[in-house]
Amino acid sequence: MDFKSSEQAVGPRSEDVLPTTATAAVKVVIVGGFGVGKTTLVGSVSEIRPLTTEETMTQAGVGVDDTQGVERKTSTTVAMDFGRISINEELVLYLFGTPGQERFWFLWRGLFEGALGAVVLVDTRRLEVSFDVIGRLEERGVPFVVAVNNFPDAPDHPLEELRSALDLPASVPIVLCDARQRGSSRDVLMTLMRYLQNLATTQEAS
Amino acid sequence: MSDAGGDWEESSPERLYVITGGRSGSSTPATLDLVTLIVARSGPAPGMQPEHAAITRICQAPLSVAEISAYLGLPVSVVTVLLSDLLAEDKVLARAPVQAARLPDRALIEAVIDGLQKL
Repeated sequence: MDFKSSEQAVGPRSEDVLPTTATAAVKVVIVGGFGVGKTTLVGSVSEIRPLTTEETMTQAGVGVDDTQGVERKTSTTVAMDFGRISINEELVLYLFGTPGQERFWFLWRGLFEGALGAVVLVDTRRLEVSFDVIGRLEERGVPFVVAVNNFPDAPDHPLEELRSALDLPASVPIVLCDARQRGSSRDVLMTLMRYLQNLATTQEAS
Repeated sequence: MSDAGGDWEESSPERLYVITGGRSGSSTPATLDLVTLIVARSGPAPGMQPEHAAITRICQAPLSVAEISAYLGLPVSVVTVLLSDLLAEDKVLARAPVQAARLPDRALIEAVIDGLQKL
């Protein structure tokens, strides 16, 4: 981390300071396998350079509150990168990029609680990683859209072929994206928001 | 733990145990979310634990719990414990996150859409 090597005190850079009018925050979770481009997507739309928060997990698993014999357990540090978009003077949107494995989700209590929704970021070269993620989100009732990060060397699949390969319900949007492009990443978030807007409208009507 | 006080790792469980006085996040109120915005009511006071002082210093403007964790290089679970102390002593204010409750709030979603369109 940069700050440790500099003389400057720890904390946000002056350009990363939120206005004092910021009173509310919402979050969206970007889920995907290792190397699928979560941090790239977060970084391309974030107004701050992505930050990292880390939790330590012992080999024995999460939720084990036993401090005895701590020195014998191997601990693993799991990192989660996140970024921020100021929506207006009061509202701030945070984007969290989290690994696809559900056992990591518990490291950050309430990661999905209160989240507006999720983006499942998919690499077509490793489609199998996404099955589990989609299943878990459905179980938890977290609304999500699927974004296929278009790697140059990835085989070209039509989206509808991917939809059936992922066994995705017809109602769930699936889009192509280039996570390196700000506009493209923004469009992914927009797809999620429009989907949520439709869900809200449908629920209001029923 | 004969090497306590030696060159322990930044994120070692031992170090984090000391910072929180042995408390874990599970004993703290569940009201602090990753995106709860924290604002200091005043600056660092003399005699404050360094981590408490650091939080009150960087939270002169609102910062989320996740950002505090990132800037201090401490896990969210530890930051939550530290924030509970500061909240109890009225040193910081917590602005609760907008809960998407059971239904997504359409007005909220539309505000986000408006904001994203301006990007």
